[in-house]
Amino acid sequence: MSERTVTRAEVEDFLYHEARLLDEWKLDDWVALFTEDGEYLIPPTDVPDGDPQRDLFLVYDDRHRLGERAKRLAKKSAHAEFPHSRTRHMISNVEVRQAGAAVQARCNFVVYRSKQGVNDIYPGHSLYELRAGADGSLRIRSKRAVLDVDTLRPQGKVSIIL
Amino acid sequence: MNPQDLDPIGWAVVDDKARGVFRVHRRAFVDAQILELERARIFSRCWIYAAHASEVAEPGQYVARKVAGRELIVNRDRDGRLHVFFNTCTHRGALVCREAKGRARNFSCPYHGWTFADDGRLVHQPIPESYAPDCNSDGALNLREVPRFDEFCGFIFVNYDAQAIPLADYLADAGDYLRMASQHGAAGAGMEIVSGTQTYCAKANWKLLQENSADGYHADTTHASYMDYIKAREGSVLNLYSEKGFGRVRNLGRGHSVSESIWGTPWGRPCARAMPSFGAEIKAEMDAVFETMAARVGRERADFICHGDRNLLIFPNLVVNDVCALTIRTFYPSAPDYFEVNAWALAPRGESQTLRDLRLRNYLEFLGPGGFATPDDQEMLELCQRGYQAHAGVEWNDLSRGMATEDGPSPAKQDELQMRTFWRRWRDLLAGAAV
Repeated sequence: MSERTVTRAEVEDFLYHEARLLDEWKLDDWVALFTEDGEYLIPPTDVPDGDPQRDLFLVYDDRHRLGERAKRLAKKSAHAEFPHSRTRHMISNVEVRQAGAAVQARCNFVVYRSKQGVNDIYPGHSLYELRAGADGSLRIRSKRAVLDVDTLRPQGKVSIIL
Repeated sequence: MNPQDLDPIGWAVVDDKARGVFRVHRRAFVDAQILELERARIFSRCWIYAAHASEVAEPGQYVARKVAGRELIVNRDRDGRLHVFFNTCTHRGALVCREAKGRARNFSCPYHGWTFADDGRLVHQPIPESYAPDCNSDGALNLREVPRFDEFCGFIFVNYDAQAIPLADYLADAGDYLRMASQHGAAGAGMEIVSGTQTYCAKANWKLLQENSADGYHADTTHASYMDYIKAREGSVLNLYSEKGFGRVRNLGRGHSVSESIWGTPWGRPCARAMPSFGAEIKAEMDAVFETMAARVGRERADFICHGDRNLLIFPNLVVNDVCALTIRTFYPSAPDYFEVNAWALAPRGESQTLRDLRLRNYLEFLGPGGFATPDDQEMLELCQRGYQAHAGVEWNDLSRGMATEDGPSPAKQDELQMRTFWRRWRDLLAGAAV
């Protein structure tokens, strides 16, 4: 793989792009950001550093399931997100570490969700394992969105993608 | 005329078997006075699930959590005895335990430093000279135990009424279903709560979740997108009206019920029903689990446990769903239109890493606030609650489905006997009947 150095600005651009896709509900494009062995995780609020094979997570999606998650959310029968809520993903505090083609990034996030008179806030931080392609692309091997809330109250659910 | 002016409780439920009509007044979901009555006559008198024995398996272990609106400590003392204390200092009231779980030999109040041993005894008061030497001779300053607690097959319940009937009697025929939920797995080593709690909520009345948790009628519509997912993955489809039958509902007595089926649903079960997507290796392991369980509990019971699905409702607020995973779910209202949920995965001790991983994946495909189904359930409950704002204009919920056949041999899972069983008990207790 590439030995090129991935800059923080490049990772920031990538994360902003991801955030925009999510806020615009372009979920197929979001899925395409992942590698073929990609995964998307949300640990439980009481075990934020947990292991999905050992602890009960909120979301434990392999590549197939995250694709199905996106497909489901496009349907009217995904009732919790019909009509689609309005969301805004805010990204900050981006840090990048690189070892060859493997890039580790972390960022803070706040996601605002608004639906039918209810406004919810999802604060947290995300840990990414990115793959840098020789063509200058970045893809997500793993995204772990850690909610920095004690309990999922009053949000109640994570029917959106963080 | 408002129906509630006629009678404080009787107005809420219409139960007319001759006409096959069962209705619940929507005011029962929105009225703050009803919630006060529920707290006094249901949650302060019924047996309420508090914790699982595996969470306090070893001396010194504790969990601290709110159970039916009261802060509790469930712990095992250094001599191995189980306790359930109110988590409040007997001095001025502050919580003496501020972490959700851990190990402790003592609980020390952060306010003035009173300290209690793990068996509840008051063992230290700073500057003791100012107290009479025999100020605790009657033990009244020790941590207070809840009036009653008991354990059934690993499920620890509390009761805030000292006169309560024994837990085993309270559970009635639901007891054997809890026993079944404790018999999973090849090892026969009992069950454990998997680390990681799903703590969430919904902006709806708590009774809507009890209705929803064993509702066979909503699956095809509320969960259409989940069914699409399973169909695409497994090629199977939920057939509510197959010859074999989608299943039945049993009234288990005292307000408890179960909806159950064998081989009737399109998803896999970690114990132990393989689906094509699990692959041959996992199928072989699951078949071996079945054979080991058959040798231990009998073939018929193992078939029921491994290949069947059960949505068990224990009055008033415990749901043990044994479906695509085995879950414990309990909930409590803090307002007529808001309840908090705690949900856990229950799993066999000694389960292989492969099956545990599959269990957790399978749990999350359907269940929990990030699953493919639970958020849609929550949405439905919240839509109902919003609809009830018009209760003065549209007064009644209809729960008549299957009423004419509910006393027959096999009331259908997609009918509404499970809800009627709950509401009949609710009506009786709110009217003042003994638990």
